[in-house]
Amino acid sequence: MDLTLDGISLRLGGEAVLHEVSAVLRPGRVTAILGPNGAGKSSLLRSIAALVPYSGAARLGDRNITALAPRERAHLLGYLPQQGAVHWNLAVADVVGLGRLPHDSSPAEDAAAVFAAMAATGTVEFAARTIDTLSGGERARVLLARVLAGEPRWLLADEPLASLDPAHQLEMLARLRDVALRGTGVAIVLHDLAHAARIADDVLLLQNGRLVAFGPAVETLTPERLRALFGVDVVLVDTRDGRLPVLLDRVPSQG
Amino acid sequence: MRRWRVSLALAALMALLFAASLMAGKVWVPPSAWFSSDPLWWIIVELRLPRALLGVAIGAALGLSGAVLQGYLRNPLADPAVVGVSSSAALGAVAMIVLLAAGPVLVFAGAMAAGCGSMLLLAALAWRAKGSVAFLLAGTVLASLSAAFTAFLIAIAPNPFATAEVIDWIMGALTDRSFAEVGLAAPFIAVGCGLLLLTGRALDALTLGEDAARSLGVRLDRLQWLVVLGTGLAIGASVAVTGVVGFVGLIVPHLLRPLVGARPSALLVPSALGGACLVLAADSLCRLAPGAAEVRLGVAMAMLGAPFFLVLLLKLRRSAWI
Repeated sequence: MDLTLDGISLRLGGEAVLHEVSAVLRPGRVTAILGPNGAGKSSLLRSIAALVPYSGAARLGDRNITALAPRERAHLLGYLPQQGAVHWNLAVADVVGLGRLPHDSSPAEDAAAVFAAMAATGTVEFAARTIDTLSGGERARVLLARVLAGEPRWLLADEPLASLDPAHQLEMLARLRDVALRGTGVAIVLHDLAHAARIADDVLLLQNGRLVAFGPAVETLTPERLRALFGVDVVLVDTRDGRLPVLLDRVPSQG
Repeated sequence: MRRWRVSLALAALMALLFAASLMAGKVWVPPSAWFSSDPLWWIIVELRLPRALLGVAIGAALGLSGAVLQGYLRNPLADPAVVGVSSSAALGAVAMIVLLAAGPVLVFAGAMAAGCGSMLLLAALAWRAKGSVAFLLAGTVLASLSAAFTAFLIAIAPNPFATAEVIDWIMGALTDRSFAEVGLAAPFIAVGCGLLLLTGRALDALTLGEDAARSLGVRLDRLQWLVVLGTGLAIGASVAVTGVVGFVGLIVPHLLRPLVGARPSALLVPSALGGACLVLAADSLCRLAPGAAEVRLGVAMAMLGAPFFLVLLLKLRRSAWI
């Protein structure tokens, strides 16, 4: 089921945040949304998830997302917020189980989906622990499992790598790629250019709320374009994941 | 399921405390007198039964609304007193007593109207500002404002009798309540609690924050209506017949989290039962305390509840729910 963005514009507090963003995101692929701070990346994701009122349309297949009933929308779209807050010290299994809220399925089906999501994220071993006893990396995986337990057709993740150390960042990328390989659509907001090049099949670049480029990662993440977009020098470096853009700039000295 | 086992145990405890509440007092009424023509039977039916029934009703209302408000605002400090609904309802009742020298029905109506009105005002304020912090801040301000107006009304009371009546009433008590009060309050409390019990799933989802909850299909506007109307009705009616009884809504969910877990929906029924147990126990103790007059329930609850809660805080200070 394609995710079609058709002229999405958003104003927040009188300020234009997104201007006419259009693109067709494909399922089974990872689409990375990149851009400088304030470019509108999170706003785009929240618009797609129908969490903010916007003009234009976001469609799943041929169905307008904002026209769907909330429960039905929740079946189709899984949204992983940037701040992974869990306000009470719930058991891990209960947190993952929250992903089943929109479903009217039997307890057995719920348990199976929760177990599958925990297996896919390597969190089965924490099931009986409470969320506050987990490290940042473990917690991030549990919150991803929560979204996957809802068996969404599309996963929208806002900076899923934030607060993870390098090894856990790579691990999280692997989990997200696995999700896409199973046919789910994956759209994620990222900051790290190299990580975006590592995982993304497609890249959507935003600047000041406007779409700058959208296309296959290899063609889109060129040093020239990244310099124009972020104002930093980037070189392509050979790594075990292929040629990745790496920051060349030095830390600017003060005065 | 742990919460059902805990609920069952609390229900049994509530039944025991209910029986104890019928027995305990300056005059001890043994079970043997319950089903006979013993003149003590009169004490049970006319004095203690309505009092015990009200104890269950307001205890359940306070415990349940405390659990719902803590879940809704995602804040362990929330309870009906903190969001101002208790003191607003008290202000409504005091205004009736002082300004109109009104009878019980008008006092009841005044408290209900002020309680529900304060919740609607809060909802409107929080709706514009969005978010639970605004709700809590506005509630705190509302509580202070109501307390100030209440003090003002006491100051301008026409005679010392009205002042005494107001102060007596504000301190919160189940003394000398009759079936008339039960009949007035119970329907509102029942409807309010019914609305509050519908919030469980949405409160669970809110654990993940408002965006995640909405992405899970939760309609936050519907949830807010349930919380506002449920709390307004249940607490408005409770305060209207007993005055302000604090601490129950704050303490009970904290007492129960170690037993049933922190998931908001799992706390609702146990908190209602736990609140009923706490109020029944405290009211029985009030009656047993020495002295010619009774210790006020609201006073006893604060005197026992506050230190107990502090001890609990110190014990649990490493735990995440504090």
